[in-house]
Amino acid sequence: MDTVVPLEDRGGPAQPLLLARGLRKHFPVGGGILGRGAKVVRAVDDLTLSVAKGETLGVVGESGCGKSTVARLLIRLIRPDRGSMVLDGDPVDEPHGITVNELRRQVQMVFQDSYASLNPRLTIAETLAFAPKAHGLPAAEARERVRDLLSKVGLDPNNYAERYPHELSGGQRQRVNIARALALRPRLVILDEAVSALDKSVEAQVLNMLVDLKTELGLTYLFISHDLNVVQYLSDRVLVMYLGKIVELGPVEAIYGDPQHPYTRALLSARPSMDPRKRTKEAPIQGDPPNPIDPPSGCRFRTRCPFAEDVCAKVEPLLADTGRQEVACHMRVAGSGHSKATAA
Amino acid sequence: MFLYALRRLIYLVPVAFGVSLLVFALVHLAPGDPISAIVPPDAPKEVVDKLKEYYGFDKPLPVQYFRWLGVTLTGDFGTSIGTGRPVASEVASAFGNTIILAIAATTLAFTLAVILGTAAAYAKSRIVDRLVTLISLVGVSVPHFWLAIVLVIIFAVELGALPPMGMGPENSTGWRLDSAHLAHMVLPTIALSVIPLGVVTRTVRSTIKETLSMEFVTALQAKGMSDAKILRHVLKNAAPTCLAVMGLQAGNLIGGSILIETVFAWPGTGFLLNSAIFRRDLPILQGTTLVLAGFFMLLNLTVDVIQTMVDPRIKRG
Amino acid sequence: MTIQSPSLELGTALVQPIAAAAGRGYWQSVARRLRRDPVTLVCAGVLILLVASALAAPWLGLADPYKTSMIRRLYPLGSPGHLLGTDELGRDMLARLIYGGRLSLFMGVTPVVCALLIGGLLGITAGFVGGKTNMAIMRVMDVFYAFPSVLLAISLSGAMGAGTENTLLSLTLVFIPPVCRVSESVTTQVRGFDFVDAARASGAGTLTIVRVHVLGNVLGPILVYATSLISVAIILAAGLSFLGLGVKPPEPEWGLMLNTLRQAIYVNPVLAALPGVMIFITSICFNLMSDGLRSAMDVKA
Repeated sequence: MDTVVPLEDRGGPAQPLLLARGLRKHFPVGGGILGRGAKVVRAVDDLTLSVAKGETLGVVGESGCGKSTVARLLIRLIRPDRGSMVLDGDPVDEPHGITVNELRRQVQMVFQDSYASLNPRLTIAETLAFAPKAHGLPAAEARERVRDLLSKVGLDPNNYAERYPHELSGGQRQRVNIARALALRPRLVILDEAVSALDKSVEAQVLNMLVDLKTELGLTYLFISHDLNVVQYLSDRVLVMYLGKIVELGPVEAIYGDPQHPYTRALLSARPSMDPRKRTKEAPIQGDPPNPIDPPSGCRFRTRCPFAEDVCAKVEPLLADTGRQEVACHMRVAGSGHSKATAA
Repeated sequence: MFLYALRRLIYLVPVAFGVSLLVFALVHLAPGDPISAIVPPDAPKEVVDKLKEYYGFDKPLPVQYFRWLGVTLTGDFGTSIGTGRPVASEVASAFGNTIILAIAATTLAFTLAVILGTAAAYAKSRIVDRLVTLISLVGVSVPHFWLAIVLVIIFAVELGALPPMGMGPENSTGWRLDSAHLAHMVLPTIALSVIPLGVVTRTVRSTIKETLSMEFVTALQAKGMSDAKILRHVLKNAAPTCLAVMGLQAGNLIGGSILIETVFAWPGTGFLLNSAIFRRDLPILQGTTLVLAGFFMLLNLTVDVIQTMVDPRIKRG
Repeated sequence: MTIQSPSLELGTALVQPIAAAAGRGYWQSVARRLRRDPVTLVCAGVLILLVASALAAPWLGLADPYKTSMIRRLYPLGSPGHLLGTDELGRDMLARLIYGGRLSLFMGVTPVVCALLIGGLLGITAGFVGGKTNMAIMRVMDVFYAFPSVLLAISLSGAMGAGTENTLLSLTLVFIPPVCRVSESVTTQVRGFDFVDAARASGAGTLTIVRVHVLGNVLGPILVYATSLISVAIILAAGLSFLGLGVKPPEPEWGLMLNTLRQAIYVNPVLAALPGVMIFITSICFNLMSDGLRSAMDVKA
């Protein structure tokens, strides 16, 4: 069995593996006569993030905050309206850089286990061999690679290669999903709610497998989830999203130990705890999630924030460095005009 | 709600254009010169040329199309080549006769279909279900014009109980509500109703069955609601789909009545179309097709709008 | 006559991405279920009999279906030498019916096959590519959908004139829009599944993705719908011939025969009804088989 050779590294460890700048994606939603006045869902608005080599970047947020859209933008399943991407120093989909196809060799995605994440008409082997064969690998070698992949994710090739998806359990299917993502030997793996649909015990197994694979294959992970505990377990850095924007970003200890954005604090305090001494002290989130079609002006969180003031409606807070992490909140920026902010 | 209807109407405009284009093109699909339908083949050239100029056949096609469209939109559908009467009035009176038959057939078909379909969905015994399924299968599979002939054979030829053709007693024009006219209506109505009966019965049965298997029905039963009340809920749930199918069937019936009308010589739009085709009376062919297609489109639009009103799940506007 | 609106007929769960039995591929499971269904088997048997007799007609020792005889007109059933009697021009009915099957079946199946190819291609393209292409294709289909199918067939045939080729053309045109709609609908549904996204994310070419991932999941429902159209096609073709817009005399064809035998209903009613019986039987068999196919594919257990 050949050891997987990581694809050519350029730029060394300091250069981010993936850098996305100013990503925007708006989805048109019905309405309007003859296309005029049509509404848009502002799924992702001016989002910038970077993923360092070898790290696990966790992305958390409520449903509808745009996490999945970000994932699909990064792998170019959806074309951004605006914004650019740089993979290890090479611009993506631009004249002097790499093509989208080349991006897809190095960045792959693991989907949530749904009944349609695997083609029900194909055997596991056929599903796994599809990508390598599409990239020119001859059939015999593709078969070998399939066996290799299956072993790596803990499934016996002799048993599972000729099976159909409906014959597998959820956990097994998810292993196949992971194997499929690894088929092209990528450097960055985006996991979009990859363990959310699994039973807790199975989830734990799969998570541990992911950790092992990361070390063994030298992977970088972008882990998207709404489950805060799992993200804490897995991530080096965490990014908190709300309504298409990043509200807080930093090392996992900083985010979980000292959350600074009101939304992050509310999210974390909403986690149920086994410890009866831990009572919720923070004000809970008020109100309903606003409509992504018509987000609030200024700070998008202000309609649910217990500390909202006038300046929050007028000026949109940008991500500001507060020492250990970056926060998009007027309360943390000196001289912003918020009563809780320090004077300039 | 109103906005939705308006939007749908506006979306219809390009389709309507396409339809008019198609109808216009029909004439030119026909083999030979459109003129050859009007004049005998040995007509002198000057006459032919004059007629060409009169009808505008000498102009380029796009010009002809827009002239025709403009004239048609004012309500002037031209003059029938066969009878010399305005097409619009011929079509209008024929349409009325078709509607009479259509109303009778749809009433019969839909009423029976709802009863049978509901019975089949609720029935505990497999026999009832099987029987209804058989009825709807027959309804969908039978060539209705053949059925019409069979009905004529049985009731008119063998039994002599009902008249074999026509809308009213010998040579009568117009329709009145009396026993003689009703007698003429019986056989065509039955023949026309079989297909809608088959289709709608199947739809009613399957939608009600599907609704019955939904969890909310179990919840209502657990609440102790009476079966009759549950039925009301079930019917409300099944209504949107069934109404849509009924609307479609009604539309098909009106547009597709030509076969039955031919068998019974019923003077409706179908019969008109038939004779127009054989006389190569192109203005009537165009006018009738246009009216029927237009009616069908509006009917579909109405059904869509009603469905949106009845089914709150469908997004509005 | 009706071509049912596809979305209403097939319901919401068009694509069932669940195969039947362990270790078996989807199509094998479907075939197995079909083989076990008695109704489907009987219908298949009847249809095979019909098709076989139609194909083998010249070698079955039948009388000449074109040979007229002024003396032996409208003989009743069971007459010596003419098992099913003779028609209004003295031609042997049995021969006419069997030979008629050739044209009737041909006119029923061919337009559907052509519409399947053309409409299927258009629909799958529209469904997979989406966007403006989708809109363009579907809007054109909408224009045809504005006509009830019978009206469209008759108008087209009426304009083009009678004759076998014209009828085939007009029927094909009538069936392309519904097949296209169903194909587009199913393809759009499959396109939204995650495994298609995964295939796209693997960098494979569009054609490869469609061939490997989409077609296998899409062809089933499309095929079921198309088979349900065959009985409609047969009846519509017969109807056109009945009106004189389809096959031209003296060709034997069931619909045409129904028309020419109308004058005989006072003399020999059973004879006059016979061609319609053939249409009826064929239509029922195709409908039942289509239903059987749908059940076999609607795999839940």
